[in-house]
Amino acid sequence: MERFAALIDALVYTRSRNEKLQLIAGYLRATPDPDRGWALAALTGGLDFPAVKASTIRNLMHERVDPVLWTLSRDFVGDTAETASLLWPAGESPPDPPSVSETVEALAAMTRRSVFTELPALLDRLDASGRFALLKLATGAMRIGISARLAKIAFAQAFDVGVEEVEEYWHGLAPPYRALFAWAAERAPPPDTGSLPLFRPFMLAHPLDDTIVDLEDYVAEWKWDGIRVQLVHVGGEQGETRLYSRSGDDISGTFPEFLDALPMDAVLDGELLVRGVHQGGEKGGAASFNALQQRLGRKTVSKAMLADFPAFIRLYDVMILEDDDLRGLPWTQRRARLEALMPRLPADRFDLSPVVDAEHFDHLAEIRAGARDDAIEGLMLKRKDSPYIAGRKTGLWYKWKRDPLLVDCVLMYAQRGSGKRSSFYSDYTFGCWDGDPDAGADLLPVGKAYFGFTDEELRKIDRYVRTHTVNRFGPVRETDRSLVFEVAFDSVHASKRHKSGLAMRFPRIHRIRWDKPAHEADRIDALRALVRD
Amino acid sequence: MAHDFAWIRPEPHGIHVVPADCWIDPSEPVDHALVTHGHADHARGGHGRTVATPETLAIMKLRYATSGGAVPAGYSETIRLPGGVDATFVPAGHVLGSAQILLEHAGERVVVTGDYKRCPDPTCPPFEVTPCDVFITEATFGLPVFCHPPIETEIGKLLDRLAAYPERCVLVGAYALGKAQRVIAELRRAGHDRPIYLHGALERMCRLYEDWGVDLGELRLVSDAKKEDMRGHIVVCPPSALNDRWSRRLPDPITAMASGWMRVRQRARQRNVELPLVISDHADWGELTRTVEEVDPHETWITHGREEALLRWHQLRQRRARALALVGYEDEDD
Ligand SMILES: [Zn+2]
Ligand SMILES: [Zn+2]
Repeated sequence: MERFAALIDALVYTRSRNEKLQLIAGYLRATPDPDRGWALAALTGGLDFPAVKASTIRNLMHERVDPVLWTLSRDFVGDTAETASLLWPAGESPPDPPSVSETVEALAAMTRRSVFTELPALLDRLDASGRFALLKLATGAMRIGISARLAKIAFAQAFDVGVEEVEEYWHGLAPPYRALFAWAAERAPPPDTGSLPLFRPFMLAHPLDDTIVDLEDYVAEWKWDGIRVQLVHVGGEQGETRLYSRSGDDISGTFPEFLDALPMDAVLDGELLVRGVHQGGEKGGAASFNALQQRLGRKTVSKAMLADFPAFIRLYDVMILEDDDLRGLPWTQRRARLEALMPRLPADRFDLSPVVDAEHFDHLAEIRAGARDDAIEGLMLKRKDSPYIAGRKTGLWYKWKRDPLLVDCVLMYAQRGSGKRSSFYSDYTFGCWDGDPDAGADLLPVGKAYFGFTDEELRKIDRYVRTHTVNRFGPVRETDRSLVFEVAFDSVHASKRHKSGLAMRFPRIHRIRWDKPAHEADRIDALRALVRD
Repeated sequence: MAHDFAWIRPEPHGIHVVPADCWIDPSEPVDHALVTHGHADHARGGHGRTVATPETLAIMKLRYATSGGAVPAGYSETIRLPGGVDATFVPAGHVLGSAQILLEHAGERVVVTGDYKRCPDPTCPPFEVTPCDVFITEATFGLPVFCHPPIETEIGKLLDRLAAYPERCVLVGAYALGKAQRVIAELRRAGHDRPIYLHGALERMCRLYEDWGVDLGELRLVSDAKKEDMRGHIVVCPPSALNDRWSRRLPDPITAMASGWMRVRQRARQRNVELPLVISDHADWGELTRTVEEVDPHETWITHGREEALLRWHQLRQRRARALALVGYEDEDD
């Protein structure tokens, strides 16, 4: 537990992603099974101990510390687990830390009653940072800025294996992942995951940027503005279907309409969309992303939801079909198999993402510029002979997004960045005028961005912020509202969460308009006119 | 009532010793001041007469470039003030020259601690427990979550990190008066004999400490050094310089900060600190409460920090206490 606690502490204080990866990788290499597997499960959010709740900790502390002193301390520290770790009365005997696996076994065996004697017994064996790690582990909320993906990348780096392979095996395995460690660390055969409805890592695309491809070799497809999903069915007619998001999260419960939609064993890749009959588009077409948003993140789905926002999958690819792993075949052959499959699928749940016909590249650019469908995010260009390879392999798939929308905003607040940027003001909040600035209208914040500029520009903005500060709040400076940014973004939506009533998708600094007077920046109305909900 | 201590009055800008018409650590210029130690929230320029230890007067002279009306009072030396008040300066163990002030009048004894700590410090004599009727104590770290570990542990962490990254430097943010010199002196005590690099703002205070007999070993200025020279070395700066542009001249610094606040993770993260060092010149919760028990006053007056929790502690033990609302005291960096 000491080594795990030291890891957690180090991760809390490390800002750089690379250093975090090195810290986790170092721990995984140096720690034996099954401790490292349990630690990996803790970092990826894979542990749950129902007997331990935040309220359990509060109750334990109230038996030991005066409630007024507890509340004053908790308010100051801001985190229940940390406050408890600091206030826990030091034992008479020196610390005798349990191993991670001993800890996990003890936590798993606790009941709502026994937790009040067994958790204190564990706490007594640890020092303050061990207690912090234990309480974070026990309540299942590490909140130390490590995503599951980052932990898996660290695992892959630790043992020099492919992260996409790790992802593929991951979903069929349970903590403490002995088979995974045996494969990665000791070169044992890969874990057997054949008969499970598993997530397979997606093939991803690079931005096209300035590349020009030959349409002899590449095929074009629309890139739809929904969420990329994978639908998996195994076990024949009585089998099981699962829907996964791009990150591999199981979202089957949120979209129950697919649970019996796939009548054969298959793994399909497509875009999840919502029908947009009321979107002004073609009847039965796809609605904008905002309509889909109504359905995302829900644990239970009402009948009305299912009726008002029916979901379907626009298919891009077929990865596995009835015992055949098609991922090694060229795209043209997979496409032929997919087209042949379409008549066997229910038409209300699936359609096929059409191929875009263009004679040459310039023609394609024209088609792209003229696309008016709200559900189109841009184009995909896929090499006709490309196999389906997990991750982003250069030269196979490109994404060519629609030109971004632009708006001129005024810099309002700047915040220090992290890691290498911690001495620079590199995170910006900008606003638009809520009316005529010459008639006294104010700026309302409309978004935040921390990229889109060069290092040289960052240095210039940083200097600017320091000499135009009117207020400081910790790491944040309020500026005198005199610098204009041309901000690029993909779309803008109505949002109750923001004072301006608007939320941008993917805002980034497009140009710095040193030349432009702030009162000539755009008004909120101009931005509101771009809402396409 | 047997005691009412009307001759000593807490006012918003300091503690007024009424019969002598003098003030302890006043936050505004007065005719006659008694100053516990040289920190800016206690020692201000512009008083008519300033009574303090010779070390504190030297620090004030350095900071405010004035020395008019300075009246030195050595440790344990009793000074007779007007109105039948005797004042004695007693070591507080906080920084060089720091003192508690014992006031005696009409058979009553009042101790004003200024800032203090109980753990040993190679740069100043240790706190002495002084029995009294009214104990006016600081409470900067007056919450039970504050427990400063032994300084050897923290210095060990610093040296371990330095050894693990020979290509980088460790930049330690430390309060310019007291903390910086104590950290350097403790590094020397731990056997670290390499040159230590200083931010320019720390130079004069370090020299003053050396003049008063505190050995700090070889010190060099960052402004005189090349980036390459500082690889594998410790650099000390005031906390305000930690994330400043100034730090860009250092070889890939690991950011450390020496402060009692580093006990709380969120505080360390707010300041972008990678290596928090829990080193404080103030008493932690255990020291505060132990000191009250040892002094065992008739009543405690609490000031300078988080009064509420310490007040609650007194209440739970049926000890008399009150919180004073004095302005101008803050030790955010300490
Ligand atoms: Zn102070
Ligand atoms: Zn002080």
